[in-house]
Amino acid sequence: MAAEIVRERWKGKVFEMMLGREPHTVRVGGDTSLPFMHFEGTTVRPVTALEVQDVAPADWPAVLRAPFAGVLEDPAAWAKRCVELGADLVALRLAGAHPENGDADAGAVAAVARRVAEAVDVPLIVLGCGLEEKDARILPAVAEALEGRNCLLGQATMDNYKAVVAGCLAYGHGVVATSPLDINLAKQLNILITEMNLPPDRIAMDPSIGPLGYGIEYAYSIIERKRLGALSGDRMLAQPVICLVGEESWKTKETQAGDISEWGDQERRAVLWEAMTAVTLALAGGSIFVFRHPDSLTRFNRTIDALMHQQVY
Amino acid sequence: MILIGERINGMFRDIREAIEKRDPAPVAAWARRQAAAGAHYLDISTGPAAAAEDQPVIMEWLVRIAQEATALPCCLDTVNPDAMEAGLRVHQGKAILNSTSADQERMDRFFALAVRYDAAVIGLAMNEQGVPKDANDRLTLAMELVANADAHGVPMEDLFIDPLVLPVNVAQEHAVEVLETIRQVKLLASPPPRTVIGLSNISQRTRERSLINRTYLVMAMAAGLDAAILDVEDKALLDAVATASILLNREVYCDSFLKTFHQR
Repeated sequence: MAAEIVRERWKGKVFEMMLGREPHTVRVGGDTSLPFMHFEGTTVRPVTALEVQDVAPADWPAVLRAPFAGVLEDPAAWAKRCVELGADLVALRLAGAHPENGDADAGAVAAVARRVAEAVDVPLIVLGCGLEEKDARILPAVAEALEGRNCLLGQATMDNYKAVVAGCLAYGHGVVATSPLDINLAKQLNILITEMNLPPDRIAMDPSIGPLGYGIEYAYSIIERKRLGALSGDRMLAQPVICLVGEESWKTKETQAGDISEWGDQERRAVLWEAMTAVTLALAGGSIFVFRHPDSLTRFNRTIDALMHQQVY
Repeated sequence: MILIGERINGMFRDIREAIEKRDPAPVAAWARRQAAAGAHYLDISTGPAAAAEDQPVIMEWLVRIAQEATALPCCLDTVNPDAMEAGLRVHQGKAILNSTSADQERMDRFFALAVRYDAAVIGLAMNEQGVPKDANDRLTLAMELVANADAHGVPMEDLFIDPLVLPVNVAQEHAVEVLETIRQVKLLASPPPRTVIGLSNISQRTRERSLINRTYLVMAMAAGLDAAILDVEDKALLDAVATASILLNREVYCDSFLKTFHQR
């Protein structure tokens, strides 16, 4: 006897966001079901980005620097390498704007952003240095330098969103809205941003994920609740989720420790750590994944290929 | 929580006079005001003053005006099957029939209409013998409604059981029986039918109407209520709905929860 498949019916969906310029736009979000529940609705394939930094990263271990040998000093060339390695998007991290890492000013980082944008066709994500005050000063200049390229700029927080969103509004970009692993604050930040008249489909939510072994279960449940909120019709929880899996995974001792006998080969271990973090959060409902190591991205895509197959009963 | 605006009803003097004069302005104005206040449906009633033979024409007229003024669907409030069908014929979108009692003849007539017009339908937990005295008797009639709706092919999500709220100043013991009925209706079928109340009845001819209304609505929501016919312009009442939605974990909290609720 054929079993009847019980289907959940949802009234809401994740906002669909288009990034970049024709003909190289990338579609993010638009899902109408829980992730990979193909029999209940549409799962839009998660997209990947590789991270580029404006200054050569001093704290990256050799196994992470190796795939980018020869381009780490040149963000534009590094971005091209990322596209060759299969990234759908390039995520430029303006680490050099941090006061303890060179303190580059708005004009300097905007020039870097423009050079990177001119080097590749894929859409750009541009993230500041992570210091809220400084990002509020540099991101509007970046927004202007990238006018019309329809990028995603961040991270906007409760403390600096006004300046960042103003730049996005003026020059046609979307915003990465960052909240500290807290669904209530994430929703509130979305409301505040939309009150500035940025359309709700031009926000990506960054939940400040924890990587595997470091609180990933909190990130998982927050992302899952956001998806459930989106599907239930809550427009202030319906923005696609961006996960900075590379940055977070490569902070852990499991990725940083060299080849030691009990833990085995560092590169294999670190790549697995980053890829597992990403796959787990894709299952929770993440839409954009920013990696550091290209092999992690490849492993992630292989798993997503399998998950995108329709279930057969 | 589904909010059904109660104001387009011939029991209110301005609407009664508008009907008598066939003046569309007050009806359209109330449609727009209730839509702006957050109504999901507009209850439409000719009121008891209209002669039975005039009710179909009046119902059709009211539905047309309300839907020309707003895009909202209507809750067609009449016991007259001809008036009901006249309203359904011109209605755009998914209507709610308000209502059938648990009498066999009426259930057969109204459930068939609901199926024919793909509408939802409110079933009153009462019959020709009147309003039941307690929750058990209400549930017996609710089960009649569930079984008959199912037999006609009305999906349970389209059936709203109304356990009948009575004024607290004359029938105080009923208020708690209605709450118990709301709780237990959900056990009658799987998936369960939905529940609705005509809220303002609880406070008829009392003082502190708004306070009684909002207190009771919150209690009913906690018991599992899905919908209410109410005064959507009572801001304190809607604030209470928004707050109860948060406390019952039906909505995700944020500091602007009142504002987002009123913007929906």
